[in-house]
Amino acid sequence: MLNMINVDVTLEGDEGQVEVLKEINLTLEEKKIYVMTGPNGGGKSSIAKTIMGIYQPSGGQILLDGMDITNKGITERARLGIGYAFQMPPRFKGMKVRDMLTLASGSANLANQCDLLYDVGLCSQDYLDREINASFSGGELKRIEIASILARNLKVAVFDEPEAGIDLWSFQKLTETFENLNAKHNTTIVIISHQERILRLADQVIVVANGMIDEITGKEEILSEIERLDSECRCRQDCIKGGPENAECN
Amino acid sequence: MLSAIDKRLLEEVADLHEIPHGAFNIRKNGQGVSRNTTANIDIVTKKDKPGIDIIVKPGTKGESVHIPVILSEGLEDMVYNTFEIGAGADVFIVAGCGIHNPSGEKAQHDGIHEFFVRKDARMKYVEKHYGEGDGSGERVLNPKTIIEVEAGGVAELEMIQIKGVDRTKRDTEVRLHKNARLIVTERLLTYLDQTAESNITVEMVGEDSTAQVISRSVAQNDSQQLFHLNMRGYAKCRGHIQCDSIIMHQAQVSSIPEITAYHADAELIHEAAIGRIASEQLIKLMSLGLTEQEAEDTILQGFLK
Ligand SMILES: Nc1ncnc2c1ncn2[C@@H]1O[C@H](COP(=O)(O)OP(=O)(O)O)[C@@H](O)[C@H]1O
Ligand SMILES: [Mg+2]
Repeated sequence: MLNMINVDVTLEGDEGQVEVLKEINLTLEEKKIYVMTGPNGGGKSSIAKTIMGIYQPSGGQILLDGMDITNKGITERARLGIGYAFQMPPRFKGMKVRDMLTLASGSANLANQCDLLYDVGLCSQDYLDREINASFSGGELKRIEIASILARNLKVAVFDEPEAGIDLWSFQKLTETFENLNAKHNTTIVIISHQERILRLADQVIVVANGMIDEITGKEEILSEIERLDSECRCRQDCIKGGPENAECN
Repeated sequence: MLSAIDKRLLEEVADLHEIPHGAFNIRKNGQGVSRNTTANIDIVTKKDKPGIDIIVKPGTKGESVHIPVILSEGLEDMVYNTFEIGAGADVFIVAGCGIHNPSGEKAQHDGIHEFFVRKDARMKYVEKHYGEGDGSGERVLNPKTIIEVEAGGVAELEMIQIKGVDRTKRDTEVRLHKNARLIVTERLLTYLDQTAESNITVEMVGEDSTAQVISRSVAQNDSQQLFHLNMRGYAKCRGHIQCDSIIMHQAQVSSIPEITAYHADAELIHEAAIGRIASEQLIKLMSLGLTEQEAEDTILQGFLK
């Protein structure tokens, strides 16, 4: 469905050119759930941005249902059914949650917007008319961001660390939401995450490090790896189980 | 008496589609053309200079006053209006000036509005400026607004200029007494080679007075904007100025904050920011399927709402 073939991404950084991604080869199949994991700075968000067209490849090819979309911009890719929930969503002075969801879904249907907010654990009464400005907490912002992607009918949806700032109750809800999205709209889902419970949703786990794909594997392998780390690392047992891979141990 | 152009100007500046309900005074090309008073709101022509006195009886609730001014030719017009908002009243005042200048002459309206918001009265004042016309004549608006808010009074001001005014210099002076409250919302968009200057001075002389000034502007093309927002606390009070500008093209924006406390319990905050549209915002909206231009328009529209 979506193929990345030998994709390289080089960006202009503050200190000259940075080779952000190297020879990425990735095939995302229809209706599957992928979880992308790996160390911070490994290149996960960069892969997501390259899929969305925010970063342009310096080499290689990207195909969507066999069509070459390598040189297509963000808008065109969005219209072809690609969506990306930002790791750090921007705030908008003067734009209400209602406006954002209307832009995302292309309709101002109220019942639909209430459902979307419910799916991310927010009460529509409290939120629809609020501006997406500095009064929003990081967690609230993330949920609105996720809702704006759920609002769309997508072929591929990439969620960048959706669990950040989300409490346990909503977390449960969120995992159900991802499963429903996958089942209802046949959307291929990529979730960038370190969370054990998110990993459990995966059909396949993509491990990204040093700007490359380290391995693509089943969730069992990754989960048993986590278990091994849990039992071997004494201080890790004090950390939240299944917490971030490289959580700091005191 | 009112042409199609006049009606459109009225719609732009006062949201008027019909002759308004309640009290009103419509001024066109330097002359009053129609007026209505109510049992509680009187409008009287000044004897010594051009302009009107608007007198709202104490205790008047839920009434409105519309006092639009329209210019449809090159002309220099100057008025002095005085508003007396009686104790305990609660009124909505819509002013505003629309200019249609088809000529090569300058069309200019300078208004001096003086308000007395008496004890525990509440006033919402909306002022919209709008210009149009193909003539080469400049459209110039220089409003001066002076407001005295007595104990427990509330003044809420909305000042909006989005289109077609070539030059504007806006002076606003407010004095707040005990427990008085001021809320100012300013929205400004300039383009081409327009210039706009806004000076707002708020003096908080009464204990527990509060003031909030939120100014948002967009400067496009070669236009220039200057903001001088000034707050002075003479008593225990709270004041907050927020001045936010989006700058585009070759425009120039200058924001000069000034806060002064003459009392140890005065709490004053000034925030000012100037910057282009955040690229993350554009990218977010484009990733929902909007073109870059649509994304930009959506962001500016929200910002100036
Ligand atoms: N726009 C950019 N300019 C320069 N360097 C970047 C840019 N985006 C990402 N990088 C660099 O690429 C590497 C991978 O970043 P990222 O994809 O955000 O990692 P992850 O999401 O896995 O934490 C980091 O070293 C980061 O500094
Ligand atoms: Mg990241």
